[in-house]
Amino acid sequence: MILVFCELKDGKIRKPSTEALSAGRRLADASGQPLGALFAGASCAGAAEAAKYGADVILTAEGATLGSYSSDAYAQLVADAVKAKGATVLLAGATAMGKDVAPRAAARMGAGYASDVTGLSMVEGKLQAVRPVYAGKAFATITFTSAVQVASTRPNVFPVVEKAGPGAVESVPAPAGDFKSVVKEILAKAGGKVDLTEANVIISGGRGMKNGDNFKILEELADALGGVVGASRAAVDADWGLPHSMQVGQTGKVVSPTLYIACGISGAIQHLAGMSGSKFIVAINKDPEAPIFKVASYGIVGDLFDVVPELTKAAKAMGVGKG
Amino acid sequence: MKILVALKQVPDTETKIKVAADGRSLDPADVKWITGPYDEYALEEAIRIKEAKGADVVALSVGGDSAKEVLRNALALGADSAVLLKGDGQGDAFAVAQMIAAFAQGKGFDLIFCGNKGIGGDNAAMGPMLAELMGIAQANVIVKLELGQGTFRAEREIEGGSEVVEGALPAVITAQKGLNEPRYASLKGIMAAKKKTIEELDATSAPAVAVVSSLALPPERPAGRLLAGEPAAQAQALLQALKDEAKVF
Ligand SMILES: Cc1cc2nc3c(=O)[nH]c(=O)nc-3n(C[C@H](O)[C@H](O)[C@H](O)COP(=O)(O)OP(=O)(O)OC[C@H]3O[C@@H](n4cnc5c(N)ncnc54)[C@H](O)[C@@H]3O)c2cc1C
Repeated sequence: MILVFCELKDGKIRKPSTEALSAGRRLADASGQPLGALFAGASCAGAAEAAKYGADVILTAEGATLGSYSSDAYAQLVADAVKAKGATVLLAGATAMGKDVAPRAAARMGAGYASDVTGLSMVEGKLQAVRPVYAGKAFATITFTSAVQVASTRPNVFPVVEKAGPGAVESVPAPAGDFKSVVKEILAKAGGKVDLTEANVIISGGRGMKNGDNFKILEELADALGGVVGASRAAVDADWGLPHSMQVGQTGKVVSPTLYIACGISGAIQHLAGMSGSKFIVAINKDPEAPIFKVASYGIVGDLFDVVPELTKAAKAMGVGKG
Repeated sequence: MKILVALKQVPDTETKIKVAADGRSLDPADVKWITGPYDEYALEEAIRIKEAKGADVVALSVGGDSAKEVLRNALALGADSAVLLKGDGQGDAFAVAQMIAAFAQGKGFDLIFCGNKGIGGDNAAMGPMLAELMGIAQANVIVKLELGQGTFRAEREIEGGSEVVEGALPAVITAQKGLNEPRYASLKGIMAAKKKTIEELDATSAPAVAVVSSLALPPERPAGRLLAGEPAAQAQALLQALKDEAKVF
């Protein structure tokens, strides 16, 4: 079995999980194995949706003790499910939770783990993964010598494919209490906006923005295009009141949106590491020699304070970003 | 309190990556090595705990002779002692976790710090794997840490915010930028570090289970196009291109 650890949010499967499920379905077809979807929580209502992405079986671990995330408890139940089903591949979306639970579960099973993968295939019945290394400056192909093979899939990379499966629901045991650590509280849910790692459109500002207030014009463009705002490290470190969670790059978030618009960002190697996986890159910079233009699909040499408001105006006029 | 800090030597972020002749490893020529940027936050946090409450801080790195530089730097910054586990510290995270677990097991560490990821393999896996192998708690990608009596409370970065993890010590804490502002080594610290010895031990043998079978440079991005004209015309041309050519909208 190919087993996918899935996350629910407000009774719906999170997008990175649907991407992992879709990748899992493809691997299952390539190797003639069934696809399983695994859910855990106080309630797994909404798990049935996994059938839409081709799940043959839907495993639910429900219990009051699982209402709050616990690294060790979740790792245990994931490893137990892999064992019970004789799964050979375990996938999870490379989300905060996926990246926390997958390596711990892998260690529990003595399994090899490839994180944040951008490619997956089955070669002679074994999993092969491709993943960025050295902060995206190279790509490594990973093969496994362990019986169980674990990978987390980078959000926004694997296409979501709907393909109905039987989705037979089966419950699996939830570990009893006394966990080593547990999440007590969730803080600062930023205004319902999607996270940078999951965003389809990102507008980022750098030192060229001159101050934090000026990020308003990026917010306006983001609203018009249906995107979210990111920043370079120079902007985050400048005491402009921008949180580190906005930072894109080697020591920030690695993002792969469809569209990345860099405003007043020079394109330092550490910044490129975080965004060069974007499908289309737009650079707006007044310096025609800025390295960011080397990776840009479209470049505008100009003053961002002139160009960005014009873009917002034009986007509103064209009515883009609504779909 | 006993604290272990696991530090990884990684290529400098400015390094241009070249693939070695074997087609699956990094060509080490011209590579400048540094302490993993996230490991710096890990070490700083350990030193701050030592300063506030008193602790014995052991710095550890898995690697070859060159990794001693990382350890020497950790001593200069305030680690009490340093251990070089001689083995492949650049390879599979599970192998490295096993080496460190074999060393740390039974030594009574209350806290084990490491960076939330190295910037070499970028696995972001060693910490959680180590926690599982040692059968202790983990708190990953931590931007704030408070210690109680045998307990911890840590704030970890998640999508769109953060969450508070509570648990019992011992624990593995993986540091994220924001946890603290790492200090620079003082001249006095650097001089004192030169006099300390770095203990060298052979790492336990742990075969890799996830293996790099090939390494390649990313494909070149296709050449881009500059949009000319006045700002309003540039804006119009860009949106049109994104719509018609790129089909983003
Ligand atoms: C260990 C390490 C880790 C790092 N990690 C990261 C990371 O994760 N992310 C990251 O981003 N950086 C990172 N950096 C920093 C990186 O090296 C650069 O310093 C940083 O990316 C520069 O940010 P910037 O492009 O905003 O600023 P600058 O390099 O100063 O560029 C500003 C640009 O704005 C342009 N500009 C100015 N005014 C205007 C205007 N009115 N209109 C249009 N253009 C204008 C300028 O022409 C210039 O190109 C890291 C560095 C190190 C050493």
